[in-house]
Amino acid sequence: MTAGVRIEAHGLRLSLKRREVLRGLDLTAEPGRLTAIIGRNGAGKTTLLKTLAGLLAPDAGSVRLDGRPLAGWERHGLARALAYLPQERLVHWALTARAVVALGRLPHQPFGAGESRADSAAIAAALAATDAAHLAHRPVPELSGGERARVLIARALAQEPRVLIADEPAAGLDPAHQLTLFRHLAGLAEAGRTVVVAVHDLSLAARFCHSVALVHEGRTLAAGAPQQVLIPAHLATAYGIRANVHDIDGVPVVLPLDVLP
Amino acid sequence: MTGKHPRHDDAGATGIAPRRLLGALAVAALVAFAVSLGVGPSGFGLGGSGEAASLILWEIRLPRAVLGALVGAALGLAGAALQGYLRNPLAEPSLVGVSGGAALGAVLAIHTGLVQAVALALPLGGLAGAAVAMLAVVALAGAHGGPVTLILAGLAVSGIATALISLALNLSQNPFAAVEMVLWLMGSLADRSLTQVWLAAPPILAGMGVLLLLGRALDALSLGEDAARSLGVDVARTRLAVVAGTALAVGAATSVTGVIGFVGLLVPHVLRPFAGHRPSLLLPASALTGAIFLLAADIALRLAQPWMDLRIGVLTALIGAPFFVWLVLKTRAELAP
Repeated sequence: MTAGVRIEAHGLRLSLKRREVLRGLDLTAEPGRLTAIIGRNGAGKTTLLKTLAGLLAPDAGSVRLDGRPLAGWERHGLARALAYLPQERLVHWALTARAVVALGRLPHQPFGAGESRADSAAIAAALAATDAAHLAHRPVPELSGGERARVLIARALAQEPRVLIADEPAAGLDPAHQLTLFRHLAGLAEAGRTVVVAVHDLSLAARFCHSVALVHEGRTLAAGAPQQVLIPAHLATAYGIRANVHDIDGVPVVLPLDVLP
Repeated sequence: MTGKHPRHDDAGATGIAPRRLLGALAVAALVAFAVSLGVGPSGFGLGGSGEAASLILWEIRLPRAVLGALVGAALGLAGAALQGYLRNPLAEPSLVGVSGGAALGAVLAIHTGLVQAVALALPLGGLAGAAVAMLAVVALAGAHGGPVTLILAGLAVSGIATALISLALNLSQNPFAAVEMVLWLMGSLADRSLTQVWLAAPPILAGMGVLLLLGRALDALSLGEDAARSLGVDVARTRLAVVAGTALAVGAATSVTGVIGFVGLLVPHVLRPFAGHRPSLLLPASALTGAIFLLAADIALRLAQPWMDLRIGVLTALIGAPFFVWLVLKTRAELAP
C-alpha cells in the first residue's frame, strides 16, 4: 500500500497571456480520496491541475505537497512522488506500449542505469492493473483510443506515485472503458493514494469520486461530497444550465435540461 | 505501420536488442575505418616503398579516415538528437543554422583573402561562423519557445547565411576565389591535414558528448513537454544542450569539410525501426551509422576517382535526394485510405 500525501492549494492566482485564469483558488485533496475537479470549459481546470503538478508557477498563493511548498521539492524527488497525466494522449514515436510504460520509471533510475528488477516488476504490475498486458509489444500508434488511454495511465502508475493528477482521463472513452477506468482510479485512491482528476461527466464524478471541487471563474465555487456540490443552484451558476439532480441509491445523477438565458 | 512485431523478453521489445545493435554497428564502423586506411586512388593496399607508404598512410589517409568517421558520427548523432528533441523525423542538423553559419564563415575567409595570409583561416573562419550562428539561434529562439520557435530561428539564421554567401559569390572579383568558394561549399574530405583534424576533433567530440547525454530526456519528450517535465526532465536545459551540442559537433565538422548534407536526415530515419523507435538508443546507433555511411561514401569516391572526381557532399546529396522521393512515396502509401 502506498501512503498518499495531502495537496493543499491556497489563494492561487495565475495569469496566462494576460488573462487571469486562477483568481484566488483554494483546494485540498486528501490521501485515500478520489477528488474530481469539475467546471465549464475554460473555467481553469487544466491550469489548476498543471499548477498542482508543479508545471506552472502561480503568480500568488502556494501549493503544498505533504506540507512542503512545491517550489522546495527537488525535480526528481517530485517526479517520484507525483505523476501527471496530460489531457492530450501524445506519443510521438512508434514506441511499444511497454516502452511507453517504462518511461514512468525514469525518475526512479539513476542516470545511466538500465532497467532494474524493481523497474520490470513495476512495469508489469502497471500494465496488468490497466488490463493492458496483452498490448505490451504493440506499437502505441496502432492502438485504439481506449487502449492508448490505458497504456498512458499505466505509464503514470509505473511511476509508483503517491499522488496522481490526471486531466480528463475519461475523455473520448466508451461507457465500459469509462467505468473500468474510474473504478480503477477509485481503487488507487482507496489503496491510500491521492488522486485528482478533471472530469466533464458529472454523473461519473458523482458515482466514483469521494469529493468534488467545482471550479468557476478561477475560484472554487463549492467543494465537498458529491451530494453537497452537485445541486441545481451550483450547476446554474457554474454551467449556466437548468438541471435535475436525481438520487439513485444515494448517488446523485445529473440530468441537464436546458441552457439558462 | 505494417509488418510483424516479434516478441522479446528484454527491454528492447520491437527492434534489435540494444547491445546487439550497437555491437554490430561498432564492428562495421571499425571495418569501414580500416578499409578507408587501406584504399587509395590506385585501389587497395599501400603501393611503393616503406617511407612513401608510411607518408601516404599518416599524412593523407589517416586524416581522411579520422575526419570521415568523426564528421559522419557528428552528423548522424546531431540528426538523431534534433529529430528526438523536435519530435520530427524530417529534422536535420542544418535546421539549427550552424552549418549555414560555418559555411558563411569559411566563404568570408576566402572572400577577404585571409586564406592566403593565414594557414588555418578556412576552418577557423568556419568555427567562428558556427559560433555566431549558434548564439543568434539561441537568442532568437529563447529558452521556452518549444520546437516551432527553434525551427523558425534556425531557418531565419540559415536564410541570412545563405543570402550573405550569395552576396560574397556575387561580389567576388576573382573567379578563382569564386570557384574555391563553390567547391568548398560542396564538402570534401580530401587533402585535409592532421592539423585540421586536431583543430576540429575537440569541439566535435565535446558536442557529441553533450548530445549523447540527452537520451533520457529525449525518451521522456516522446510523451510531450508537460509529461516530460512531470518525469523530472528539465526541458529548457535539454533545448539548450541540443542546440549547443549540435553547434559544436556540426559547426566544427562543417568548418573543416564544408557542407555535407542528408547524412543527419537519412541515417536516423533509416535506423529508427531497428532501434525500436527509442530516441535514446537512436543516439549512439546514429553516430556509429553516420561514421559508417560517410566512410563508405568516401571509399566509393576514391575507388571511382580514376574515372570521375566527385566531392563527398555531392555524393551524399545524390544518395539523399532520391531517398526523399522514396520517403514521399512511403508516406503517401501510409496515408492512403
